[in-house]
Amino acid sequence: MTVPRWVTRVLALGAVAFGAAAAIDGLWVMGPTAEQGDYSRLLVVHPPVATLAYVGFGITALASVLYLVPRTRRREWDLLAGASAEVGLVFCGLTLITGSIWGRPVWGVWWTWDARLTAEALLFALFLGYLALRRIPAAEHVRARRSAVAAIIATLDIPIDHYATSWWQTLHQGSSIDLLQPDKHLDTAHNVGLALGFVALTLAFAWLLVHRYRVEKLEARYEDEGLAAALADRQAEGRVEVPV
Amino acid sequence: MWRDAALVAGKDLRIEARSRVATNQVAPFAMLVLVLFAFALDPNRGALKQAAGGLYWVAVLFSALLAVQRSAGIEAGDRDQLRMSGLDPAGVFLGKAGAVAAQLLALEVLLALGVVVLYDARIASVALVVAACLLATVGLAAAGTLYATLSAGVKVRDTLLPLLLLPVAAPVLLAATEAWQAALAGHPGDGTEWLEILGAFAAVYVAFGVVGYGALMEEA
Repeated sequence: MTVPRWVTRVLALGAVAFGAAAAIDGLWVMGPTAEQGDYSRLLVVHPPVATLAYVGFGITALASVLYLVPRTRRREWDLLAGASAEVGLVFCGLTLITGSIWGRPVWGVWWTWDARLTAEALLFALFLGYLALRRIPAAEHVRARRSAVAAIIATLDIPIDHYATSWWQTLHQGSSIDLLQPDKHLDTAHNVGLALGFVALTLAFAWLLVHRYRVEKLEARYEDEGLAAALADRQAEGRVEVPV
Repeated sequence: MWRDAALVAGKDLRIEARSRVATNQVAPFAMLVLVLFAFALDPNRGALKQAAGGLYWVAVLFSALLAVQRSAGIEAGDRDQLRMSGLDPAGVFLGKAGAVAAQLLALEVLLALGVVVLYDARIASVALVVAACLLATVGLAAAGTLYATLSAGVKVRDTLLPLLLLPVAAPVLLAATEAWQAALAGHPGDGTEWLEILGAFAAVYVAFGVVGYGALMEEA
């Protein structure tokens, strides 16, 4: 499972290009909305990062299951799970931050114990724990199996969390996105901005994921070959150089 | 599977009974948490009585951390022996979780007495309280046993386990607290939907433990 280098270049260029288009649309083309004024411009960023955080954790869960099933067990699945959880955590953190920035002027508070916010914060804590578990030194297959089980435990918690917290009174607005009737909630500039934001951030997500996965692979190789290389170096030091 | 579970549960409970750590340290710790809450929240203002359900479950959660850590610590050094014993992994899981659940239930009875005596809480609907305790305990014991086994034998397990388990147990804390508040307020009808969540949590983690514990046992 190696991704050719040109793919990451295309991903990066695409992310920059669509990001620039989204920024132009979000900052100049979109008008302020009647209810939320300028703050509705955060629509370009907040829904995409929130969705991609879920995508990241979803990939982690899927890769963990594939690792645990003996027939599909490959070290790559474990590496992918770790890389995806890390990128997902960054997007989850961005979701909380952008939501907070938006909540302060519109709701009047940085944070509120709303169902969605609480569930998102718990999700952040769950995968923070997962990454902490991954950092613990252990034999490679032991760590991989432990983290795969931990990822599944954390993922199983998400729907329960969701139902538990959604029985609270919720303050977070409902979805503004309606694929069948795009103009129901949003005007064209907002829809375009949202779409551009989704494309740009998805490309950025994929770019980060591929790079993180490469680093994971290099780290794994370093772990495997590091000791052998260190031994070879030490032995080479002791060898007497014979001038020819 | 059930015979193996009974064997493992009996073994764990016997070890606990002989070491007396649960009765001499964990139970007093739980009561101490209740007393500390009273210091933190002025008992004269009625805050304790209002928050009794939540404080009770926080105390249970902290004690559960200790209980599952001890339960996993029994085999930390020689997990190979448990693997070599030929016991069914699902049975081992059910046994260990069952032993933890039994200890937690005993602790919950004690803490409930503490809440009634110290916080002046009146339990209006005993049936709802008992149901919430049973379901929450099964869920906590199952999820706790899984995570404790994960972090057993790791140097940093004392700090890792709370980080892993507390967010997972958050829905239990929420649902059990809401069910208790309904029971304390005398509106048992409000508590039934929270019981469903507790039941779902328990079912999910017991099922996953039965299926997945083997993967944890074959490691190392």
